[in-house]
Amino acid sequence: MIETPGLMPTEDLFPIFVNAMFTKNFLLIMFLGLCSYVGLTTNSDTSKGMSMAVTFVMTMSAILTWPIYYYLLSDASILKTDLTFLRTICFILIIASFVQLVEFIIRKFSPPLYKSLGIYLPLIATNCAVLGVVLLNIQEGYTYGASIIYAFAAGLGYSWVMLATAAVREKLIMRNVDLFSGFIGAFFAATMVALIVVSYFSVVKL
Amino acid sequence: MTEDLMSLLPPAIAVLGALGLAMAGMLVWASKAFHVESDPLVDALMELMPGANCGACGYPGCADFAEHVVAGDITPDACTSCDAETFEMIGELLGMDISAAEPMYPITLCQGGTNCKDRYDYIGADTCRAAILLSGTKKACSYGCIGLGDCVRACMFDAIEIADNGLPKIKKYNCKGCGACVTACPQQVLTIAKEHGPVYVVCASHDKPKYVKEVCEFGCIGCGICKKNCPEGAIALVQKVAVIDQEKCTQCGTCIDVCPRNAIVKL
Repeated sequence: MIETPGLMPTEDLFPIFVNAMFTKNFLLIMFLGLCSYVGLTTNSDTSKGMSMAVTFVMTMSAILTWPIYYYLLSDASILKTDLTFLRTICFILIIASFVQLVEFIIRKFSPPLYKSLGIYLPLIATNCAVLGVVLLNIQEGYTYGASIIYAFAAGLGYSWVMLATAAVREKLIMRNVDLFSGFIGAFFAATMVALIVVSYFSVVKL
Repeated sequence: MTEDLMSLLPPAIAVLGALGLAMAGMLVWASKAFHVESDPLVDALMELMPGANCGACGYPGCADFAEHVVAGDITPDACTSCDAETFEMIGELLGMDISAAEPMYPITLCQGGTNCKDRYDYIGADTCRAAILLSGTKKACSYGCIGLGDCVRACMFDAIEIADNGLPKIKKYNCKGCGACVTACPQQVLTIAKEHGPVYVVCASHDKPKYVKEVCEFGCIGCGICKKNCPEGAIALVQKVAVIDQEKCTQCGTCIDVCPRNAIVKL
């Protein structure tokens, strides 16, 4: 029997926020969502667009998946059956349709944004960082409010790493530094930044 | 155990099915509510376009160009990136005959490169624009090609490279003549020319003749011999450099033979 956490947050929200943004950063510490990280950080404009889209989708899918898990899939739900083994496929279904909805809305109301994001929007549906957020929300047993905060902070964490790396890689590409030119260099750079973040935040106890 | 799993089957199917149906319903509603009207002819034309968004036609991208072609604002042959086969398919689609224009390629109006002396060793940012900001350019000739490849980075078709002689080299097979490199060149030593025939003075230097002779093997010194010998009177001296009027030029090649500096070439 899974205990359903309450709607209003009872946890201390500050550690959750800092955890998602820095100490357990999705890109640098957990190494989730690396496809878009390596693919899009060569240009700060595209990484900015992707960061905004991912943050938005993360928050919205956290808002949608939490009630579905606790009110439809868990054995404390209305069906009184333990269907939690269906959570991955259900979450993917929700995330994918939500991304599709976002695409419809953007195409209708902002064609320029749609054109610049075009290829990356569908990519979010298969972004493991988004699925990681909603699965971690369940695994950690967060309340509804805390799970939304967690997802939003995870999106912000994704954004700052994307933008920081894009800034560095853009300069390095311009200077023709061979070591950092390809994907190998991108992973090398990511490891270096991750080491810095790990050692810095291992000093801070939360 | 098996019975347990079997008993889970109906609710599992029901829940997944219901979720799937709900999401499908939402998407069906959304696709109608947020439907965007698009002309099927524009979509079909867009399929045929090269999709490079090079801007040679004068519109920001291929999608805009396709819209304006269908609206009748512009003829399809304004596109320099389509090859003859694509034009044929576009012509079939729109029901008109399209003949591709004569291919145009960029040429470099500079024979400097390694023939031109350096003023200093430049180790700054690897772009021509940055190099200019540092007291002119690293080349002794302030009008010539710097050779740091702003044109190479501007090219969307991988059709231009900096050759061993320090000058841009056009790979004609890839080049679509869109002129992105011409716009990108901060020294303005690139220009678009027809493939066969035209004669160009490949030097842009307005420096004094003595200085040009000192720093570059091929620079135009503005001696005016070509001007005197041109049977058509198509050559003029503009600020110490010979310029050929392409309208009057009959491509006879007299100037090429008489130029003491080998600064005139026929493409």
